Amino acid sequence: MFIIGERINGMFKDIAQAIRDGDPRPIQEWAIKQEAGGARYLDINTGPAAKDQVKTMRWLVEKTQEVSNLPLALDSTNYDAIEAGLEICKHPAMINSVPAEWPKMERVFTMALKYNAAVIGLAMNEQGIPKDADTRVALAMELVAAADSYGLPMEDLYIDPLVLPCNVGQDHGPEVMQTLRQVKLLADPSPRTVVGLSNISQGTKNRELINRIFAAMGVANGLDAAVADACDHELIEAIATARIIMNLDIYCDSYVEIYRKQQK
Amino acid sequence: MAFRALKEKYRSKVGEVVLGATKEQGGTRGYTITVGGESALPFLHFEGEIPNRPVVALEVRDVAPVDWHACFSRYYGDVFADPVAWAKKCVEEFAADLIVLRLEGADPDGKDASPEDCAKVVQNVLAAVECPLVVFGCGKPEKDNKVLPAVAEAAVGENLLIGVAEQENYKSLTAACMVHKHNIIAQSPIDINICKQLNILITEMNLPANRIVIDPTIAAVGYGLEYGYSIMERARNGALQGDSMLAMPMIGNVGYEVWRIKEANSSIEDFPGWGEQEPRGILWEATTAGALLQAGMNIVVMRHPKAAALVKENISELMQKTELEN
Repeated sequence: MFIIGERINGMFKDIAQAIRDGDPRPIQEWAIKQEAGGARYLDINTGPAAKDQVKTMRWLVEKTQEVSNLPLALDSTNYDAIEAGLEICKHPAMINSVPAEWPKMERVFTMALKYNAAVIGLAMNEQGIPKDADTRVALAMELVAAADSYGLPMEDLYIDPLVLPCNVGQDHGPEVMQTLRQVKLLADPSPRTVVGLSNISQGTKNRELINRIFAAMGVANGLDAAVADACDHELIEAIATARIIMNLDIYCDSYVEIYRKQQK
Repeated sequence: MAFRALKEKYRSKVGEVVLGATKEQGGTRGYTITVGGESALPFLHFEGEIPNRPVVALEVRDVAPVDWHACFSRYYGDVFADPVAWAKKCVEEFAADLIVLRLEGADPDGKDASPEDCAKVVQNVLAAVECPLVVFGCGKPEKDNKVLPAVAEAAVGENLLIGVAEQENYKSLTAACMVHKHNIIAQSPIDINICKQLNILITEMNLPANRIVIDPTIAAVGYGLEYGYSIMERARNGALQGDSMLAMPMIGNVGYEVWRIKEANSSIEDFPGWGEQEPRGILWEATTAGALLQAGMNIVVMRHPKAAALVKENISELMQKTELEN
């Protein structure tokens, strides 16, 4: 499992301020820190406050690429903003995200093919987030079929089963784990899986503990990627260890450091 | 419907290591040898590239061996006392791709040759043959830590492959290979975890990964070959899936392992049901090497020239693509 570094997001106060001031320093500092922590992608989210989403996305992509060679995950519901970012990405990027809805899938999968990008597909539609695993898997199947019809390789499709905070949506936990397992059976080669990790701990008092336990359980159930804070060292340690226990990496005494290094 | 082979797709490949250096590259070798580079499991040409064939080395010692079976006298008897003539014979008569020089004479319990004398032997062998050279110490870490740096210094520019580094003793050899620009053999005791850790330790000293060859430690057929085989399999699968700390070419001392077991050495009088000793030993050595090639061995170190010839033939066949693979 790899980390999509989450910190460059207009929802955070320092980034929102940086966008307002046109000051690239906080963005570049976080890009460098997330890369050093072991992120394999950097998530770029303009946040709701930015007035001109297209311009803001382009600026964030430019400023991030000045200091980091990591590929980017462009995170927005504004597809014009995503396309503006894709146009200037130096490495094949990731589109974050698209629900199982038309015509959104048409726009996103067409863009993905044009810019050689991967896509995060959300297991939800106009009716919102499903309650159970079966409905999530059915929506994942719609995403798989749509991606396939546009010719997107399955390795480039990341299904997000959608995680709810464990204090208010406790019954979703086992459904998410079951979805992770079943998504792997939808196609051969199978699509990949991703979660927004910090959702699981929203509004709780033990955020980091809950995040890292969830990540370890995700690895055990076939989770491939997570949008998360790569600077959370204990999280990285938990993921590296879960990968050893699941026999995904070969053990050696320095396995944590090697996990961090090999993300690059 | 036409047959379609199911192909495995791999993320990564085994790294390449270059042995030897020509005049233009700062050495005196007539040619270099590149090992590794495969992007599929051994000889599965249809799944990836196998750019470099495995190579066959013959073993030469700086002092006449006392424990070798008498059948070797027919091939090496006239050169046992002279490593230079021995190395020449291995290349010219027995077509070895490269030479493994084992500095047994350095052994403090034997001849106890000085580091300077050992370095001189290496220089003399280098002057006599044009193939790349692999140098092993005597196997006693304390002495090897003096001998091998002297060898590395005397052969600067030749891009030797020098061994062995072990988890408890890797620093002085790694430093010598760094300073004098040679490749290193990282040996682990049939243990994938130590194998990986040792590669990490060596690269942390800034010797690049493309200067490391893994010696996973192997055994002869009938003596636990399958343990080494499964370690090699795991290392290869790891390498192809992107584990860069296991993605080095591998070397195995096949002749050394086979010619110390009774199945290779016992006479027909002692075991009438086993057949003649020498052909039995040759086949035992060639079969052990053949099995290890299938697990991903890149450099097989042989002892009997006829076994070496059989293995070379086997490699040539395995390197030919079949109809399916074209």
